[in-house]
Amino acid sequence: MARVDLAIIGAGPAGMAAAQLAAGKGLSVCILDEQPRAGGQIYRDVDRVAPLRGDLLGKEYIEGRALTAGLGAPGITHLAGAVVWAIEEGPRLAYTQDGKGALIDARHVLLATGALERPMPLPGWTLPGVMTAGAGQILLKQSGVMARRAVLVGSGPLLYLIAAQMVRAGTPPLAMVETQTRGDFTGALRHIGGALRGWRYLLKGLGLLNEIRRAGVVRHTGAHGIAITGEGRAEAVEFTAFGRAHRIACDTVFLHHGVVPNTQAARSVGVAHCWNTQQRCFVPELDGWGATSVGCLHIAGDGAGIGGAKVAALAGRLAALDIAARLEAIDATARDTEGASLRRAMLSELAARPFLDAAYPPLPEALAPADKTIICRCEEVTAGDIRGYARLGCIGPNQTKAFGRAGMGPCQGRYCGLSVTQILAKENSQSHDATGYYRIRPPLKPVTLGELAAMDDAPEAAE
Amino acid sequence: MNNALPFEDLEAGRARVAVSFGGQDLHLPEGANLAAALLGAGITTFRHTPASGAPRGPFCMMGACFDCLVEVDGVTRQACMMEVSDGLVLDMPQAGER
Repeated sequence: MARVDLAIIGAGPAGMAAAQLAAGKGLSVCILDEQPRAGGQIYRDVDRVAPLRGDLLGKEYIEGRALTAGLGAPGITHLAGAVVWAIEEGPRLAYTQDGKGALIDARHVLLATGALERPMPLPGWTLPGVMTAGAGQILLKQSGVMARRAVLVGSGPLLYLIAAQMVRAGTPPLAMVETQTRGDFTGALRHIGGALRGWRYLLKGLGLLNEIRRAGVVRHTGAHGIAITGEGRAEAVEFTAFGRAHRIACDTVFLHHGVVPNTQAARSVGVAHCWNTQQRCFVPELDGWGATSVGCLHIAGDGAGIGGAKVAALAGRLAALDIAARLEAIDATARDTEGASLRRAMLSELAARPFLDAAYPPLPEALAPADKTIICRCEEVTAGDIRGYARLGCIGPNQTKAFGRAGMGPCQGRYCGLSVTQILAKENSQSHDATGYYRIRPPLKPVTLGELAAMDDAPEAAE
Repeated sequence: MNNALPFEDLEAGRARVAVSFGGQDLHLPEGANLAAALLGAGITTFRHTPASGAPRGPFCMMGACFDCLVEVDGVTRQACMMEVSDGLVLDMPQAGER
C-alpha cells in the first residue's frame, strides 16, 4: 500500500497550491482528484482548454495554469480520476481509480473538496434542461458545449461571468432573470468600505456587466414567483418583476444563487460544523491554519467557507505550512513568518466578500419554497412533505430520512441538505445549529463490489 | 450543424466514434465528457426517476447530483464522470430500479 506524508483530496486551487508548498518543504504528497485532469471546477481542464478558448473564458481562468504546472514538482503524485469514498482512522483513504479499489496511508490529510451550488429549489427545477450555472460553465470550459437558448436565473457574480462568456462565444443568453432587489443593494452599502478595498472584484464585475449590456442581453431584476415550466423538459421561465408577469420561452435554464462549502467528506469523519449567518450555510470549525477538531485533518479552500479561487490557493498554502510544521519539516517560527504574508493577502482578497454576500443574497422563495416544490431531487420529497414531518415531531434532518427518505438517494443530501435544515429550523422555531444536518457516512461515493474485489491491497494483507 | 438542438458544440471538428444510447446510434467526440457529448447530440432525458418516473438530465456536471445516471454494461454510472469511448453501449437505467 502506498504511504505518503500528506494526502490531499481535490486538485482545485486550494489542493494544488498546498501540494506545491508541502512538496517544497520536503513532504511526499499525493493529490487525489475525481476529474481526469487537474484544475478543480474553477480551472477545469485549463491545460487542454486554455489554448482552445482561453480568450473566451478570460484571464483569470488561464491563470490556473500556474497552479496545474506546480503539480509537476518532484515529490507530488497526482492521482487523476480517483474517487475517494472513505476516510478512515490512520488516516487512511479508500478510493477507486480505473475500476479498481485502492488504499493509501498518510501521516496527514488535507480536504480541498471545494464548493457546491447552493440548492435552488423552484417549481420545475428537476426538469431536463434545468442545470446549475456552474454546470453551464463546466460545459463551456471542458467540452465547448454552449446552450443556444438559455435563460440565467438567480443572482451573484458567477451569473455575470457566465453571461459574459456566453456573449463572447456568440451565444448570448436570451435573458437574465435576476433576483436581487434594490433593497439588497442599499443594505449592502454598509459594507462599501470593504468593497472599495476589494476594488478589483468590483471593477471586474462592472466590466462583465458592460459586456452583457453592450450585447443587448435583457436583464430583469427583483424577480420573484419564479417557475420553470414545460412538458418533459424545460420550455419556459415564468416570473414576476416590478408587478408585471413575464414568460420567456427557452431550452435551457441555468440556476445560481451562490455556492456553499461541500462538507460531505469533512462530515463523514465527524468534523464539527456551525452555521455561518453571513454566508447562510454550514462551515467547518477550523483554527487560523485550517486545522479541524479531528486529528491529522486540515481543510482549505471553498470547503472551509466561500472565498473564491484566490483565497482558496492562499488558504491551501497556509494549511500546508501548518501541516509541514506538525510533521516537523519546518519549525513554528518559519511557519509563522511565511504564514503572515499569506494571511495579509487573504484578508485583502476577502475584503469585498461581505458586500457581495449582502448585495446578492440567496432567493428567499428558494430558501422557504412552496409546499409543492421538490426539495430532495433523488427521492422526490417536497417542501410540504418536510413541513408535514415537522408537524409530526420531526426535529432534525436525520429524522426526515425515516419519515420519507429525504436525503437517502444517491446524491446523499448534497442538493437538499441545506434546504431541509432551513425548512425544519423555521417550522420548529429552532436555530440552524440546533436543527443540524444529515449525518454523512461512507461510502461518500458509490463503490461497486467489482471495484472492491479488484482491490489488491486489502487492509488485512497490508498489516 | 443543427441549429434546432439546445446545445452547440464549439469543438465540432473533433474525431468521432460510434456510441449507442437506448438503441439510438450516435457519433460522439472521442474522449469528450460523456454527459456533455450526449447533450451536444440533442439527448436531454438521460433517465427516469425510480420514485415517480419523471424525466431527468444532467444538472450539476460535477459528479455531485447523480441526475445524469446512465447504464453501462449493466452498471449505473454518472455520465458526467465518464469519457466517450468507441463502441460504448448505453441505456437508460431501468425505471423503478433503485
